[in-house]
Amino acid sequence: MLPVVVDSFAEAVADVPDGAKVMIGGFGGAGGQPTRLMLALAERGPKRLTIIGNVAGISKTTGYGWPPGPEPIDQGIFFELGLAERIICSFPIPGQTRPLSEIEKAWREGRAEVIVIPQGTLAERIRAGGAGIAAFYTPTGVGTPVAEGKEVREFDGREHLLEYALRGDFALIRAKRADTYGNLEYVGTSRAFNPVMAPAADVTIAEVDEIVEPGGIDPERVGTPGVYVNRIVKREDGDPIP
Amino acid sequence: MTTVASHKSLDFVDPAPRLTRIDIAQRAARMLEHGWVVNLGIGIPSACADFVPEGVYLRYQAENGVLGYGELLPPEEGDPDLIDASGKFTKMTPGMAFFDSADSFAMIRGGHIDATVLGALQVSGQGDLANWMLPSRGIGSIGGGMDLAANTKRVIVAMEHTTRRNEPKILEECTFPLTAQRCVTDIVTDIAVISVIDDGLVLKECAPGWGTQDVQALTAVSLQSL
Repeated sequence: MLPVVVDSFAEAVADVPDGAKVMIGGFGGAGGQPTRLMLALAERGPKRLTIIGNVAGISKTTGYGWPPGPEPIDQGIFFELGLAERIICSFPIPGQTRPLSEIEKAWREGRAEVIVIPQGTLAERIRAGGAGIAAFYTPTGVGTPVAEGKEVREFDGREHLLEYALRGDFALIRAKRADTYGNLEYVGTSRAFNPVMAPAADVTIAEVDEIVEPGGIDPERVGTPGVYVNRIVKREDGDPIP
Repeated sequence: MTTVASHKSLDFVDPAPRLTRIDIAQRAARMLEHGWVVNLGIGIPSACADFVPEGVYLRYQAENGVLGYGELLPPEEGDPDLIDASGKFTKMTPGMAFFDSADSFAMIRGGHIDATVLGALQVSGQGDLANWMLPSRGIGSIGGGMDLAANTKRVIVAMEHTTRRNEPKILEECTFPLTAQRCVTDIVTDIAVISVIDDGLVLKECAPGWGTQDVQALTAVSLQSL
């Protein structure tokens, strides 16, 4: 089915229900982060969300990956507002504790469960989730707290952990440009988890700077094929938030 | 080879100044060989890039999906779509490649990275690494560290030799949660350079003014000498 171009960020996330599992693309920092979709979701305010992300909540207190000027926004916003009860990520907290990040605050106060996963395992679990692979074995995490309760199997004399696919109800992703068939073009390091999450959710919503007609993106430059994208929403030109 | 005995560390008096964090980065940088693909961790490791000897060309890989990045830019000149894994802004460099997170970790997990330089909280006598969580905090960030440590050919730890209270960070067994088992190949500290071999640790260099016994006094594992 062709994706729908929606008129507003509010409309794009209007059906995210309480208890939804929401993947948030990017790496951490402003680049590749679907910041307008995040703000719209926070505004709408569904409760008991599970957030799935990577470097999850360190920009607000450290400025990680944000240029000087705008107030950094990160996934901590859902914990600050009491909308999320769980995060699955690889990097939830910065080294510093002053000021305390929103996620660590929520964790210390018993308001949130924080599930920390090695970044490569997180990426591959999501990739598997989108690719019809139920589970896989990885050598990463053997002998660490990450291995607790997991099946260990030896291949070629080396221990591996069984890891399961991970999917979301929604994936909020960010790209530079979309065509109306949903093909997405990325720039620089803004790819990160965006192309990995796009196939791994029931509904994938792409926040883009520009929407073009089919042919407006060179097929050689398509980073996410349109088949994975359900909704497209365009940022205002000159948006002050990067 | 000879083995030297271990001493108590807390009342130890340094025989000479310890090296700076920059010195540690500089020494670790000299272990990186021409043509290698290298991933540098946050902190002391990231400073290694400034001290790579002339004539040595390295390609830097960062977990967020870039190979061949170079010079860092001040934040006011930075583009949010061009960062390294520590969130710093990089310059567009000839020969760069961009890719997504699944590819980035195929590169790392698949053993395509020649060396990584990482910080550490503790290293064991078998080369186990603990660098992601202080038990007293109870929560930590793993990031790409476990994948890098478990799957990179050479894992070079760059760290201070002791804690601020002068407790050894090189221990028979790590007491903090592990990042990966038996992964560290080299340890560069502010007083020594140590190699991890099959049956233990070999002291290869001491900082100026430091002797074998001095380094041993601050190390909770018996060090073998060359």
